[in-house]
Amino acid sequence: MDKKEITRLSLAAAHVRLGILEGVYNAQSGHPGGSLSAADTLTALYFGIMNIDPKKPADPARDRFVLSKGHAAPGLYSTLANRGYFPVDDLKTLRKSGSHLQGHPSLGKTPGVDMSTGSLGQGFSVACGMALSFKVGGTAQRVYTILGDGELAEGMVWEAALFAPHYKLDNLCAVVDNNGLQIDGNVADVMSPYPIGEKFAAFGWHVIDGVDAHDFTALTAAFGKAKETKGKPTVIVQKSTKGKGISFMENLAGWHGKAPNAEQYATAKAELTAVISSLEQGGAA
Amino acid sequence: MAVIGEKIATRASYGNALCDLIKKRPDLAVFDADLAEATMTGIFKKQYPEHHFDCGIQEANMMAVAAGMAATGRLAFASTFAMFASGRAFEIVRNSICYPKLNVKIGATHAGISVGEDGASHQCCEDLALMRVLPNMTIINPADDTEARAAVLAMADFDGPTYLRFGRLAVPVFNDPDTYRFELGKGITLRDGRDAAIIATGLMVNEALQAAEILASAGVSARVINIHTIKPIDKDIIIAAAEECRAVVTVEEHSIIGGLGGAVAELLSETHPVKIHRIGVNDEFGHSGPAVQLLKEFGLSAEHIVNVVKKALG
Repeated sequence: MDKKEITRLSLAAAHVRLGILEGVYNAQSGHPGGSLSAADTLTALYFGIMNIDPKKPADPARDRFVLSKGHAAPGLYSTLANRGYFPVDDLKTLRKSGSHLQGHPSLGKTPGVDMSTGSLGQGFSVACGMALSFKVGGTAQRVYTILGDGELAEGMVWEAALFAPHYKLDNLCAVVDNNGLQIDGNVADVMSPYPIGEKFAAFGWHVIDGVDAHDFTALTAAFGKAKETKGKPTVIVQKSTKGKGISFMENLAGWHGKAPNAEQYATAKAELTAVISSLEQGGAA
Repeated sequence: MAVIGEKIATRASYGNALCDLIKKRPDLAVFDADLAEATMTGIFKKQYPEHHFDCGIQEANMMAVAAGMAATGRLAFASTFAMFASGRAFEIVRNSICYPKLNVKIGATHAGISVGEDGASHQCCEDLALMRVLPNMTIINPADDTEARAAVLAMADFDGPTYLRFGRLAVPVFNDPDTYRFELGKGITLRDGRDAAIIATGLMVNEALQAAEILASAGVSARVINIHTIKPIDKDIIIAAAEECRAVVTVEEHSIIGGLGGAVAELLSETHPVKIHRIGVNDEFGHSGPAVQLLKEFGLSAEHIVNVVKKALG
């Protein structure tokens, strides 16, 4: 991937992070940690990989995305807004009564949201159903979904993990956002999902393990490999940093579902604005 | 086509109706969870294997997969026993089907005590209550083969989450397939009467008809109302019954809590308060035994309905 493209995606991701901050700060609730860890992946998908058109959010021929880790809604909303599905200013209405931006994604309320999620484990199965539908219909559309690593403790995830290879859903690409942290602490301590890649491989998946979730070249290559893989679904196990991009939030479980105060907001905004300025001047992130 | 008096289980009606349905809805996808032989979607599977998707024993995944299919615009039917459809998969039905208002039809078979020998673990008498509380859910509980087949075809044209309840036991056909018309949300007065109103649903409608016959020979005029749509319920037909009859009796193969009896009690307490006599399973679990014997044991029989009506009339 050339430097110009990396800069374009990095800039978009910085704006996505800024939108996450605006949303969660104005709501004074929500989930910044897991939104920030998935921000680059969401950017790679919506600004590069997926066949979508913000002007036609209901186009039947579009690729689909299901945020199985629905609590990362601020990340999805900010990605959609920055991609042009709705005004970026709307992000400040997150979680407020009357807003189209519900605490967790809601189908039919927000332009660009392909499925209601929030109750963990279910979105993965819904993505399987969409992929099966496109298989049956013989269309070339692809379905993407992001799961949390803590989410892997849900039994239903492993029902879907059996289902997708059984029906050879090679148009499905799942991403496990392995930031290593969940509400109660380290995923390894709360209920270890490890080894993640080996488990999916044993279930019959094409596994791309250890992808750097904050490296657009690596992410784009992984999604490319997933698309080329026939006969089985692909899971990308990405190594990510919870709270990525806001220094004081990084790698702390405490920022799973907590909003910053005014001072923290100002610090975070300054950090992200500096990244944006640097990228706009052609510098590295 | 079925003949009046012929005994057919409504689960068989379901399987047969799906075979009729695909002729007008080629986008139909039927899901099952390793129970195709029992839910009778096996009838459909034999003829249209490329439209039938076995999910194995994973009801939760099946409901969400069906939701995903529906989200892409296809017509999806998801089938399993009532216990697992409404119980085990409850939260998926709530969050992935009803909340996003997706067009998934749940074909729930083996409802009620008449499951028989399998016993209480499989005798679901709570499903109507569980499904009734869900916003966006429509609930259909057909009484015989004619109604079940008509309901499947009619609900395929209706856009929205739907719970269709079918039984395991073969029961007599009493609706004439030549003249019967299914109208969503409209109760059917099968027999008029002024002394008592017997409001019944599902397999209990036929028992109610028999009870009315017995009552007639004793000089009691009983109105029999078939409520095939539990939600949205036909308010007008129930309020009129309460206004015009001296006693109101509800009959269902379900807990007396939260189902038809519950719905009628909620409605009449707000609109036309009268004493209501609820016949159903009295907040207890079932047990193993032959279906017909169990129905008698649990008071889900014409004889028991007659006794309750007589007592209600004093």
